[in-house]
Amino acid sequence: MKIAVNEAPSIRSRRGRLLIVATVALALGLIAGACGSSSTSNEEGSLTVYSGRSESLVASLYEMFTAETGIAIEARYGDSGELGAQIITEGSASPADVFFSQDAGALGAVSAAGRFSELPSSILDQVPSQFSATNGTWVGVSGRVRVIAYDNVKVTNPPTSIDDLLDPKWKGQIGYAPTNASWQSFVTGLRVLRGEDGAEQWLRAFAANQPKAYEKNGAVLDGIAKGEVQLGLVNHYYLNERIKAKGAENVKISNQYIGNGDPGGLVNVAGVGILSSSKHKTSAQKFVEFLLSPTAQQYFADKTFEFALVSGVTASDPTQPTLASLQSPAIDLSDLASLEQTQELLQKVGLLTK
Amino acid sequence: MMTKEAVLDQTPGVRRRASMPLGVSPVVAIVAVLAAAIAALPLLYLLIQASSRGLDTVVEEIWQRRTFDLVLRSLSLAFVVTALSLVVGVCSAFFIVRTNLPGYRIFAVALVLPLAMPSYVAAYAWISWVPSLAGFWGAVLVLTSISFPFVFLPVAASLRRIDARQEDVARSLGLTSRHVAFRLTLRQIRPAATAGALMVGLYALSDFGAVATMRFESFTWVIFGAYRAGFNPTRAAILSLALVAISIIFVWLELVVRGDGRAAKVGAGVSRAPNRLKLGPSRFPAAALLSVVVVVTLAIPFVLVLRWFFEAADSGIDSGEIFGAMRQTVFVSFLATVGAVFFAVPAAVLAARVKARWAQSTERTVFVIHALPGIVIGLAVVYLGIRLVPSMYQRLPMLIFAYVVLFMSLAVGSVRASVEISPVALEDSAQSLGLSRFAVFRKMTLPLARPGIMAGAALVFLTVMKELPATILLRPTGMDTLATELWNRTSVADYAAASPYALVLILVAAVPAALLTFTRETR
Repeated sequence: MKIAVNEAPSIRSRRGRLLIVATVALALGLIAGACGSSSTSNEEGSLTVYSGRSESLVASLYEMFTAETGIAIEARYGDSGELGAQIITEGSASPADVFFSQDAGALGAVSAAGRFSELPSSILDQVPSQFSATNGTWVGVSGRVRVIAYDNVKVTNPPTSIDDLLDPKWKGQIGYAPTNASWQSFVTGLRVLRGEDGAEQWLRAFAANQPKAYEKNGAVLDGIAKGEVQLGLVNHYYLNERIKAKGAENVKISNQYIGNGDPGGLVNVAGVGILSSSKHKTSAQKFVEFLLSPTAQQYFADKTFEFALVSGVTASDPTQPTLASLQSPAIDLSDLASLEQTQELLQKVGLLTK
Repeated sequence: MMTKEAVLDQTPGVRRRASMPLGVSPVVAIVAVLAAAIAALPLLYLLIQASSRGLDTVVEEIWQRRTFDLVLRSLSLAFVVTALSLVVGVCSAFFIVRTNLPGYRIFAVALVLPLAMPSYVAAYAWISWVPSLAGFWGAVLVLTSISFPFVFLPVAASLRRIDARQEDVARSLGLTSRHVAFRLTLRQIRPAATAGALMVGLYALSDFGAVATMRFESFTWVIFGAYRAGFNPTRAAILSLALVAISIIFVWLELVVRGDGRAAKVGAGVSRAPNRLKLGPSRFPAAALLSVVVVVTLAIPFVLVLRWFFEAADSGIDSGEIFGAMRQTVFVSFLATVGAVFFAVPAAVLAARVKARWAQSTERTVFVIHALPGIVIGLAVVYLGIRLVPSMYQRLPMLIFAYVVLFMSLAVGSVRASVEISPVALEDSAQSLGLSRFAVFRKMTLPLARPGIMAGAALVFLTVMKELPATILLRPTGMDTLATELWNRTSVADYAAASPYALVLILVAAVPAALLTFTRETR
């Protein structure tokens, strides 16, 4: 310790200098940060979009919008649910003008919190009414369908209803992604359509058939390809993505679309709403109109293989059925907001957590 | 709280302190209190949110069988992770500091590096390789792997500090080696071990990445769910307050278990570095055991990330984007570190030098909120920030502020340990020679605490780098860090596309992690 004291002057000066440098750096950094971000902050006409759809998917679409209208977009990317919670927490001071969500549940929650303003009928009328909010606060942009993907070599008679999945012959042969939002939306739909008891009954029987849990929908298809399972409960477009990546001749998987209003054929949408606190409502409306324009609708159909919700768009996959022919279950998509109860039910029957 | 038998407590320095009303500069005390006030802000938000639907809702939400189960599950997770971390951390520290284990220098670094691994990456790596790991034990594996260095580091440091002459004296007084180990050595490392254990326990309570990927329903899982699936901030706040209550118990427990066995050496006599125990032939099995620890905690997750990386390398990597994200990450992490250390040092000095209850509570407040998951702190800053300073909302200063709230406790622990071992008598004499209290702080306390400050800074730095939920909520629009880019890619595709970011994140975070070893090594 004696040594330390003797050395104190040199350490002191070095320490002192370090302290000053650090303090100055912090101050400068904060000032630079404040100025830097204020220069990019919301100028007249620029639009803040809270985007639950990922950057890799929609960034180029947003650029197209700016090129077309001259309105700059400031996109904040995040998980749709977290962005919904953030908008609700921000309250009326929210900087967001538009919320573009990956699924209807988060839109329903923001709407229920009274944070959306009503959309004009010129927008709402473009999309079939079942794909928008019943109170007109948000509109669907693109649709995805739950399907049963199957190994088309081993399986000749794929299930045509979710109740077929309970057949013992599929024991241990079904893959699913327990934490995936679309799977959980399907279960929410199941609860809405069959009631809590009916849903629990089906889930318990499903669990008894020992389905195999995967991390993601893509991994479910990997599981089918590797022969670990024969069926997979996924969204329709994972097959398209796989074919695009590996070539059609290398993919021995097909999609079984479930009709007859069966809960297994749920159509969920990505949708968009305008914040009631937005100070750029005209620009915001232009943005929503752009998302429903043929350009954007074709973009989603081509890039994500999703279903266009506005008519007049050709699917990039010719084998894909039309939305109207699907006989999907009739459900108010705003009801999909009761996701937390779904998770509780899934935990109760042992299909979510361990 | 002096324990009767503790020989070490009888140093003049410790006695001297008790008689002083305020042993630190008022400036230090004020900044320390400010630090506690900042840390308490999230609690303010939680109280507002939780009570927004009346007391009935609070009672209803808490008074459920489910909440009870949740408490049990989270506590078991925290206890098992803490116990395992203590065993792994203390044993490996002992082997590395006190034995002639082959390659102990390499091990000293390798055992710290798991800190650089983000929990969500490690968990995803494991579960993609061994899907059956999902659940409690998977979460235990990942959390222990990442957090045992919190125990290893301070214990190794305190083992290095032990003056071997004390052990010589103990032996000469007739104590057997076993007695020396238990009555002297263990007692001396106890404060370090319990402080580390507290960090592990709070980390296990607060982490979301590992439990989410391993699908283990803990408090954080349910709190995240209440926000992003239930859109019910009230419920999330009530559950968060329950988590805070558990955290208070943890913080209090640490205080009790730690005791007051501080060991500041004063006076004549040169201390002697401890002997390295000659292990003989048993050193090879011991090295093998430590190798297993390194393989499980570090090598396996890292190799899996590397494998993804080589898959991704085929499809092209945008190195410009990665470099930009890296620069941004280092920049914000640096600012956050400076901010966190600025508040942490006074809080730690106050706690080390002033034994009054208010001073201790000041420091403890900083720890209590460390059990809260990032999304809660993030939304607390969203809620208060947008209402109090709207002009700074989603600007850099507010993001840095959130980081400071989240992570200053990481620095407090190691700084306090450093201050506690520097003798207070020196500061007293400096003051009696005419230096002001603040001058003493600047010229003596700070330089002597430098290893602890550097270690705390490194810890904050690498943890900020990995932070995700608060970053997504509060970052300036358009700012991408390595963690957000990583998240961007994992949310749409598989890990291959994200792996370059994961890899760079781990490698950059490994630099301060390795530094942690060396700041301790050179003291």
